[in-house]
Amino acid sequence: MQYQATVTIEQKAGMLDPEGTTAKRALGHLGYAVESVKTAKLYEIVLEAESAEVAEQKVDEMCQKLIANPLIHNYTIKLKELN
Amino acid sequence: MKIAIIQFGGTNCDMDVLHVLKDVVGVDAETVWYKDENLTGFDGVVVPGGFSYGDYLRAGAIAARTPIMDSVKKIAAEGKPVLGICNGFQVLTEARLLEGALTTNEYPKFRCHGANLRVETTDTPFTSKFRKGEVIRMPIAHMEGKFFAEEQTLADLDENEQVVFRYVDEKGRATDKANPNGSLENIAGIVNASRNILGLMPHPERASESILGSDDGRRIFESMADYITENF
Repeated sequence: MQYQATVTIEQKAGMLDPEGTTAKRALGHLGYAVESVKTAKLYEIVLEAESAEVAEQKVDEMCQKLIANPLIHNYTIKLKELN
Repeated sequence: MKIAIIQFGGTNCDMDVLHVLKDVVGVDAETVWYKDENLTGFDGVVVPGGFSYGDYLRAGAIAARTPIMDSVKKIAAEGKPVLGICNGFQVLTEARLLEGALTTNEYPKFRCHGANLRVETTDTPFTSKFRKGEVIRMPIAHMEGKFFAEEQTLADLDENEQVVFRYVDEKGRATDKANPNGSLENIAGIVNASRNILGLMPHPERASESILGSDDGRRIFESMADYITENF
């Protein structure tokens, strides 16, 4: 089966997000008073696997080994089956 | 004695380090392309600065996972000195050879200017030629240089005297104003627990000849060379 995993990488709570803070300030200059801005990175990974469980496990491994830095990031994985 | 200078795609401080080691310090050094993978015959390693792999994913993330890093780990396990400068420091943290992570500067801008640093320990293969507490000058040039580590890790680094350099003002005080990137506890450079791996954000190779405004950085390379002569 072919799956598409959407991986979102976010800073852990308490970590500064300077890009988000800067975007918030710039939005303020444009007249938008927003409460907060948080940035995240998104990866779409397409892979073959025997089952959804196996696919999710593989993607989780990828996140631990490369895609995220577990020291500073949280990540979420959303999986969908491709036809 | 021969020191390897690792080149990844996007490394750009390799020739500066080569020049300082060969022409200023006077030791044998050679650049090694990351695909060579073999570091047999080398007594030390420098992972120089630059923008390896365009800083994709995170600065240093891709370089840290190339096979040559296994050879760097082997050399480090033999107790030989490994020095990571700027992007090299980022590579060493991503490779888990050093604690912590280098994240985007608190004010998210590329900062390139001179910095005052306080030498926190002379008990490393890289700082034997300094005095403890000495204030030295080296330039910084980075956008992802904010040192981050969890509270317990920071406490351990302090307790084991693994913090080697801190950003300070000209009087040697580690103030917020003297901190160019928001690094926790003004940390600019650390060693591993065995003390033979140093990572630092400032560029000693750009401060190794007085014509460049400071030659304080030269003593890092001289200390490293002395350590190799004495031990290997």
